[in-house]
Amino acid sequence: MTGTRVEAAPSPSARAATRPARTLVILPALNEEAALSAVLKELAVTCPQLDVLVVDDGSTDRTAEVARAEGVPVAVLPFNLGVGGALQTGFRYAVAHGYTRAIQFDADGQHDPSQVPALLAALDEGADLVIGSRFAAPEAGCEYDVGRLRGVAMGVLRLAVRLLSGRRFTDTSSGFRAFSAPLLDFYAAEYPNEYLGDTVEALLLACQAGFRVVEVPVRMRCRAGGTPSTQNVRLIYHYLRALLSLMSRTPIRRRERAMRKRNR
Amino acid sequence: MSTGAHVLILVLTLISLLFIVRMVRRNQLPSRYALLWLSIGAVIAFFATFPGVLDRVSSWLGIAYAPGTFFLGAITLLLLIVVHFSWEVARLDARTRLLAEELAVLRADPPRTPAPEEQPVDH
Repeated sequence: MTGTRVEAAPSPSARAATRPARTLVILPALNEEAALSAVLKELAVTCPQLDVLVVDDGSTDRTAEVARAEGVPVAVLPFNLGVGGALQTGFRYAVAHGYTRAIQFDADGQHDPSQVPALLAALDEGADLVIGSRFAAPEAGCEYDVGRLRGVAMGVLRLAVRLLSGRRFTDTSSGFRAFSAPLLDFYAAEYPNEYLGDTVEALLLACQAGFRVVEVPVRMRCRAGGTPSTQNVRLIYHYLRALLSLMSRTPIRRRERAMRKRNR
Repeated sequence: MSTGAHVLILVLTLISLLFIVRMVRRNQLPSRYALLWLSIGAVIAFFATFPGVLDRVSSWLGIAYAPGTFFLGAITLLLLIVVHFSWEVARLDARTRLLAEELAVLRADPPRTPAPEEQPVDH
C-alpha cells in the first residue's frame, strides 16, 4: 500500500517547479507556558520568513494564550494525544493550508533555531526526511548529554532500527526534523502515535516507504523549561513497547519487498 | 449437583436474559452484542436444564470432572470476547484520535501568510 503512494509522489525537481516553497514550523506543546514565549520570540528573530504553528496538545496551562500573544496561530487539541497526535495535527494543518515543507521543533527550547537552515538545505538537496542529529558530529559542538539509562535504551533502539531499516542512524529519537511535501502528505494520512512512535517508528515508516532519509548534525541545548516527557521508571516499559511495535513492522516490510519483486 | 442448584442457575440465567432483552429494548445494547450474550445465556440455560448433556460431552472429550468442560468453554469464550474488545477499543481510539486532530485543524487560527492562489498546472 505504501509502495504505490511513493511512486505517485512527484520528484523534488517537479515539486520545486510547480510551487514556491512555503515552510511551516510545527511546535507540539504540552504545558509549555514557561518556555514557549522565549522560544517563539527567538524563532521569529532567527527565522522571520518561516510560518509557525503551535499545536496545543491538551495543555492545562496558558500555552495557547502565550502562543497567541506572540502572534502565532494555534491548533488546540480537545484532549492530550501525545507528540505523535500533535505532530500529525500539524501535518494535516500544513497540507490543508498548502505548505510544501515543515519543520518539527520543540516548544521547550532544546532546539536551536539557527540550525533550521541546515535542515531546510538538506530538503533542497532532495531529501524527504531530515533528522537533526545530536550525535552525528560531536566535534561540531554538540552540548547535549543524555542520562546513562536513556543512553543504553537509545543504543538498543538504534540497533533495532539498523536491523529493520538496513541503515545506520546516529540519533533515531531526535525530535528536530524537516519534512518534504510528499512526506507531509504521507504522514498526514498515517503517523505512529505510540510513545517513541513519533520519532523511531516514523523514521522506519519513511525508510520502508522508500522516502529519502538523511541526518544532519545539529547543536542542541538543555531544556529551557518544562519536564522531560518520561521518568526513568517508566522508560523501560516504554522502550519495550516501542521495540514491540517496531517488530510488528517487519512483516509489512517483507510483504512490500515481495510486492516489489513481483512488480519487476 | 443437586436439583436445587440447577434451578438456581436456571433462574439466574433467565434473569440475566431478561436484563439483556430490556437493554436491547431501551436501545442501550447494539443488537450484535445482544445476540452474543443471548446465545451464551441460552447455552447456559440449556446445560442447567439438562445436566446430563454436559456429563456426556465431558466423557466424550475425556474430561473426568464435568464442570471442568464448562469452565474450559467459558474461559475460552470470554478470552476471545476480551481480545475482540481490545481490538474494538483500539479501533475506536484511532477514530477518536482522528476526530480530535481534524477538530483541532478546523478550529485552528489561519496561517500568518495565506496560501498562494492555486495555479493551474501546465502539462
